[in-house]
Amino acid sequence: MGRKLLLDKINVEGIRHYDVYRKEGGYRSVEKALKMQPNDIVEEVKKSGLRGRGGAGFPTGMKWSFLAKPDGVPRYLVCNADESEPGTFKDRFLMEFIPHILIEGMIVASFALGSNTSYIYIRGEYDWITDILEQAIKEANDNGWLGKNIQGSGFDCQMYVQRGAGAYICGEETALIESLEGKRGNPRIKPPFPAIKGLWDCPTVVNNVETLAAVVPILNEGGDAYAKIGVGRSTGTKLISACGNINKPGIYEIDMTISVEEFIYSDEYCGGIPNGKKLKACIPGGSSVPILPANLLLTTAKGEKRLMNYESLSDGGFATGSMMGSGGFIVLDEDQCIVKHTYTLARFYRHESCGQCSPCREGTGWMEKILLAIESGKGKMSDIDLLWDIQRKIEGNTICPLGDAAAWPVAAAIRHFRDEFEWHVNNPEKCLTENFGLRHYADPVYVAES
Amino acid sequence: MSEEIKTMKVTIDNITIDVAPGTTILQAARQIGGDVTPPAMCYYSKLEGSGGKCRTCLVEVAAGSTADPRPMPKLVASCRTGVMDGMIVKNMTSEKVPEARAGVVEFLLLNHPLDCPICDQAGECHLQDLGYDHGKEGTRYQFARRTFKKEDIGPFIQLHMTRCILCYRCTYVANQLTDNRVHGVVDRGDHAAISTYISKAIDNEFSGNMIDVCPVGALTDKTFRFKNRVWFTKPVDAHRNCKTPGCCGKTTLWMRGSEVFRVTARKDTWGEVQSFDGKPGWICNTCRFETKNAESWTIEGLTTISRHSVIGVNKYKTLDMPKETTKAVMNGVEPKLLMDIHNISEVNKPGVHLSDIKGPAHSTNFKKQ
Repeated sequence: MGRKLLLDKINVEGIRHYDVYRKEGGYRSVEKALKMQPNDIVEEVKKSGLRGRGGAGFPTGMKWSFLAKPDGVPRYLVCNADESEPGTFKDRFLMEFIPHILIEGMIVASFALGSNTSYIYIRGEYDWITDILEQAIKEANDNGWLGKNIQGSGFDCQMYVQRGAGAYICGEETALIESLEGKRGNPRIKPPFPAIKGLWDCPTVVNNVETLAAVVPILNEGGDAYAKIGVGRSTGTKLISACGNINKPGIYEIDMTISVEEFIYSDEYCGGIPNGKKLKACIPGGSSVPILPANLLLTTAKGEKRLMNYESLSDGGFATGSMMGSGGFIVLDEDQCIVKHTYTLARFYRHESCGQCSPCREGTGWMEKILLAIESGKGKMSDIDLLWDIQRKIEGNTICPLGDAAAWPVAAAIRHFRDEFEWHVNNPEKCLTENFGLRHYADPVYVAES
Repeated sequence: MSEEIKTMKVTIDNITIDVAPGTTILQAARQIGGDVTPPAMCYYSKLEGSGGKCRTCLVEVAAGSTADPRPMPKLVASCRTGVMDGMIVKNMTSEKVPEARAGVVEFLLLNHPLDCPICDQAGECHLQDLGYDHGKEGTRYQFARRTFKKEDIGPFIQLHMTRCILCYRCTYVANQLTDNRVHGVVDRGDHAAISTYISKAIDNEFSGNMIDVCPVGALTDKTFRFKNRVWFTKPVDAHRNCKTPGCCGKTTLWMRGSEVFRVTARKDTWGEVQSFDGKPGWICNTCRFETKNAESWTIEGLTTISRHSVIGVNKYKTLDMPKETTKAVMNGVEPKLLMDIHNISEVNKPGVHLSDIKGPAHSTNFKKQ
């Protein structure tokens, strides 16, 4: 098994509490950081090659260096803990069992960015984790890691936890900022980006929980050492929340050199598909990213082994690849119906669309209705092309990426599983009781689209 | 120091114009005018922060600026994107824009009821104009349209939520014009709705301006409701010495004979409230709803409607008639002539005076044949 940086102490009893966490070497990175210059910390993060773990994979150091620093204007750090992507539950695990690693990473980041007030915006459904985080913040406060003049360095930092009210869209950074300001969680029109005009019109950095937690090992071991783990531009370790038809669903910390095949079938990780079933398809990075059929998941269109990292998973673009996303690894076996699965996702996006811009507001509902019709045996052959056309008109034409996130799963399902949609249309009664099954998808017979 | 103001050169559909820094693409296009201008359903230049939502004004930016001539990867909302020096914008000359815009029109009309014949906004509805200019005939939507429960929001304004396209303009009016915001958007997604919080009636001197900014028939004038069609009334410019602070007192009266049917603020070419001395000419509810006698007003003359209304610009002149024969449309079946109204009804005879006709054609007239 590869190296663990975030979850190496997860089995220590009482690691949730400050005393144990400190004894196991916690808060060393803050001690180190406070002796450094803030810009050097940003440089260190740049050197590490850390990429945002929330889904987009934007280099964190770069994001930090974009932060505007006008005089007399406060700057804010906001932790995006609004983890609502179906299939993604890595942040929940981290915050629930080692909350102090997030607090520690946030103190370092706050110092690097010069933020004296930092927020954790947590999804409303995680109410018990809110209590855990608040307890952790209190412990950090009591031991002089937060508040005024942290460890005698002269740096002040306050930290607050804010609960959301149950909206997926508030995981989009500008909608999150709006919600944090107490407004309706509608995404803002960019530019200006939050790094220039964010929370209360001040420069703001919004980072994912795992990204901020990863700052701790980067500071402890140095950016160069962190960059040596992994492969290419996918440095460090990544938390993967695996679920679906696998023997061992759960959170796995991987260094990004292992292959997808190994991840699914080895006993160290998911432990294979239960009941001797065959792999049909997989969504490798949370519900928004394109679904891949088994053959394309295990090997790329070029015939290479697909690895669990940013580059390899997106190899081939959307035609034959997918995305790393937020690391929500959803596995579907031969008994799963792709149409029903796509309908479930479309229903989710319809429910979560904020309703601000028209393509997403109207398009998501339309797609859901058509998919329901096909799933329940009332679809027409022309509906499949219509779905394709609708998703094409949503993608890229909306204010925020939710439109894209709603369009991609539908596009990928039609691209790779068109036979199954057509089978549903041709067998309106059979499709209610039977499944399309595997057919030829499990074998590597895929011919790249010309 | 010289008083030279630096201008930015922007090219939209091959027409170049110099504009002041901070101008958006849409404003620059409006300065050029004509077909170059993208349509806008949610953007309202007099309301701060509006725009970016409806996506009808999407344009393609073929070159970002002279300094960075890379094209922008996605279509951008022209109402909220500032121009850069040397920017090249494609609106109708773009290959992507007309298709994307037709898609947006289809999305906007998806849940919009086609009740134009009974809608007070018909004839001056921006969605009608948009549908005519950029939409496609027919819809591919086969499901029941979304409906809302009726909500009473006070004595002057009629809210018809099923017609709403969620442009948010009225909430900006509520935020920026009235001192007591009592309405906004509740719920989300395709069930989001304009509503007064807990159905509280809108009670403010400037609430009536919501009717003027509403691009569709979602907010209409209760005092004018079903009284007349807008194309039967004659608009005249008028003013009165209004004492309400903030009211400009300059209005358009929609008259028939000597009767004032409706009072609205004066609109400019783009369907927005006109500015007077640099300030938007919002009017108060007293002027709008309670001053409906011609004697209270000083009439200035006929209003010229330059662009608004699809009928007004004679777009139906070039209406394409179907070229297929009835036989082709009906899969080879010849149409069966049930009655020839041209021979029976006197109305169709050339040169007949209507007062000479005794009455309408009756079934007995046909039976005789």
